[in-house]
Amino acid sequence: MRGTGRRAMMRRWSWLFLGPVVAAFIIGFIWPFIQGIWLSFCKFNIISDAKFDGIGNYLKAFKDQSFMHAFWYTALFAVTSLVLINVLAFTVAYLLTQGIRGSNIFRTVFFMPNLIGGIVLGYIWSMIFDGILSHWGTSILLETRYGFWGLIILMLWQQVGYMMIIYIAGLQAVPEDMLESAKIDGASRMQTLFKVTIPNVMPSITICVFLSLTNGFKLFDQNLALNGGGQPFIQNADGSVVKTTEMLALNIYSTFYGTNSASRGTAQAKAVIFFILVAGLGLAQLAFTRKKEVQQ
Amino acid sequence: MKNRRTRTLQSERRMKAAMSIVLTIVCIIYCLPVVSVAVNSFKKNTYVKTDTFSLPNEESSAGFDNFIKGMTFGEYPFWKSVVFSVVITVLSTALIVLFTSMAAWYIARVDSKICRIIYYLCVFSMVVPFQMVMYTLSKTADTLKLNTPWTIPVVYLGFGAGLAIFMFVGFVKSIPLEIEEAASIDGCGPVRTFFSVVFPMLKPTMISVGILEIMWVWNDYLLPSLVLDLNKYKTIPIHIQYLKGSYGTVDLGATMALIFLSIIPVIIFYLSCQKYIIKGVAAGAVKG
Repeated sequence: MRGTGRRAMMRRWSWLFLGPVVAAFIIGFIWPFIQGIWLSFCKFNIISDAKFDGIGNYLKAFKDQSFMHAFWYTALFAVTSLVLINVLAFTVAYLLTQGIRGSNIFRTVFFMPNLIGGIVLGYIWSMIFDGILSHWGTSILLETRYGFWGLIILMLWQQVGYMMIIYIAGLQAVPEDMLESAKIDGASRMQTLFKVTIPNVMPSITICVFLSLTNGFKLFDQNLALNGGGQPFIQNADGSVVKTTEMLALNIYSTFYGTNSASRGTAQAKAVIFFILVAGLGLAQLAFTRKKEVQQ
Repeated sequence: MKNRRTRTLQSERRMKAAMSIVLTIVCIIYCLPVVSVAVNSFKKNTYVKTDTFSLPNEESSAGFDNFIKGMTFGEYPFWKSVVFSVVITVLSTALIVLFTSMAAWYIARVDSKICRIIYYLCVFSMVVPFQMVMYTLSKTADTLKLNTPWTIPVVYLGFGAGLAIFMFVGFVKSIPLEIEEAASIDGCGPVRTFFSVVFPMLKPTMISVGILEIMWVWNDYLLPSLVLDLNKYKTIPIHIQYLKGSYGTVDLGATMALIFLSIIPVIIFYLSCQKYIIKGVAAGAVKG
C-alpha cells in the first residue's frame, strides 16, 4: 500500500525526472535513427527532396568496390589488432599482478595514452612514422602496408593499457586459495596459468575480445588522422577510386561528405549496414556473457 | 627441502628484478611518443620531418616561436578552441550526470511499461555506431539551432544518455528501498527524496559516469565537427584536424606545439584523478 502511494506520488513528477532525458534522447537519437533508416531507402541530395527508391541504395552500396574493400580491410584490421592487443594486455596484466616492484608506476604509464584523443594520437604517430620513413624517402601515406601496420602500432599503444586495466581487475579476483592449492599440488607456473588463472578470468577475456573487436570496427578518428591523406589508392577500370587504407567508418564519412552529394543515399545505406554489423557484434557479446554468467 | 625452497625463492626474486628492469625499459619506450612531441615543438618546421628523433640544436631550435606562432595559426586563435572545448565538456558532463541520474532513479523505482521501454531504447542506443545517425543528427541539430557550444550539450545528452542511464539504473537497483521509504514517511516528496537522500548516495557512480563522459566529449571530433557552426566555433580536436587538413603548407613545428599544449592538461588531469579514472573506465567497460 505504502509502495503504491509512493509510486503514485512519483508519477506526478515524471515530467521533471524523465522529461529532459526523453526530450534530448528523441532529438539526439530516436528521431535521427528513424530518419536515417527511412533515408537509406530514398534518393536525395538534401533531406527535404527525398524520394522513395526501394533498395537501390543498398544495391549500390554492395556494388561499391571502395566499400567492399573497406569492409575486408576493416575486418582484417579488427582481427589483427584484437589478437595483438589482448595477448599483450594479458601478458602485461599478468606480470603486474605478480608483485613486481614499480607495478603501480607501470600501470599508470601504460594506461596514459588512453586519455589522448584519436585525432591528436593520429598526428603524433604520423609525425613519428614519417620521421622514420623519411630516411628511406617514403611516407606512411604512400604504401598500404605502412598504413596498416602504422595504425596497428597506434592502436596497440592506445588500447593495451585499457584492456590491461580490465585484465588486472579480473586477475585480482582469482581466488587466492585456488592458486595456493595448485602450488601445493605441485603445479608448475605454466600449468597454474593455463589450468587455474585463465579459466577464472574468462569473463574479462570475453569483454576485452568484444571491446577490441567493436573498437576495431568502429575506428574513425585515428584512421582519419593517420591515413586520411587520400593515398594510397587504386584506380579501377571504370574510373572509380578505392582508397586502400580507408576503413568502414571513414568510407561512410567520405561518401556522405565527398564531392558527390547525390551519393548520400548510398552513404546512409552503408551506414545502416555498418550499424547492423556493429550491433550484431554487440548482441553476440551480450548473449555470450549471459551464457557465461549462467554457468558460474 | 628447506634448501630447495630458498633456492626457488631466490630465483623467483631474481626473475622479478629482471622483469622489473624489462618493464622499465618498455615504459620508457611507451613515453617516447609524448616526449618526441615535446621535443619537436621546439624545432623549426623543416627539421621536424628530417630530424624527428634528435634534440633541437643551435641550428634547428626554434625556441618558443612555435608556441607564439601556434596561438594564431590557421586564422583561428587557439585559446578560443580551448575555451569552447572546456565549455562543451563541462556543460555536457554536468547535464548528463544530473539528468540521467534523475531519469535512472525514476526508471528503477517506478518500473512501469514506459520506463522499461525507455530503458531498453537506451541500452539499444549503446550499440548504434555514430555513423548511423551522423547525417540526420547534424541536420536535426542545425534545424533546432543546437549548433553552438552552449546548446550542443543537449545533443551530447541525447546521444550519450544510453551508457549513463544503464550504469545509474544498475546502481540504483542495488540501493535498499528502506531509506527512501523512511524519507517519504517523514514527509519528503519525490523531488526532495531524490536530491537530499538518493543524489548523495549516487556519488561513486556519478564519478565513474562523469569521468567517462569527460573523456568522450573532450576528445570527440566527429560530432562537434558536424554539429557546430565551424566558422565561429572550434574545439581542440577540430582545430588540430583543420591545421593538418591543409597538407603541404602546414607548419609542423607549430602543430606539434599545439598538440603538446593540448596534451599537458590531459596528463595533469590523469595524474591527479588517476584512481577515479581507472575505476570509472573499468566500471564502464564491464557494464558496457
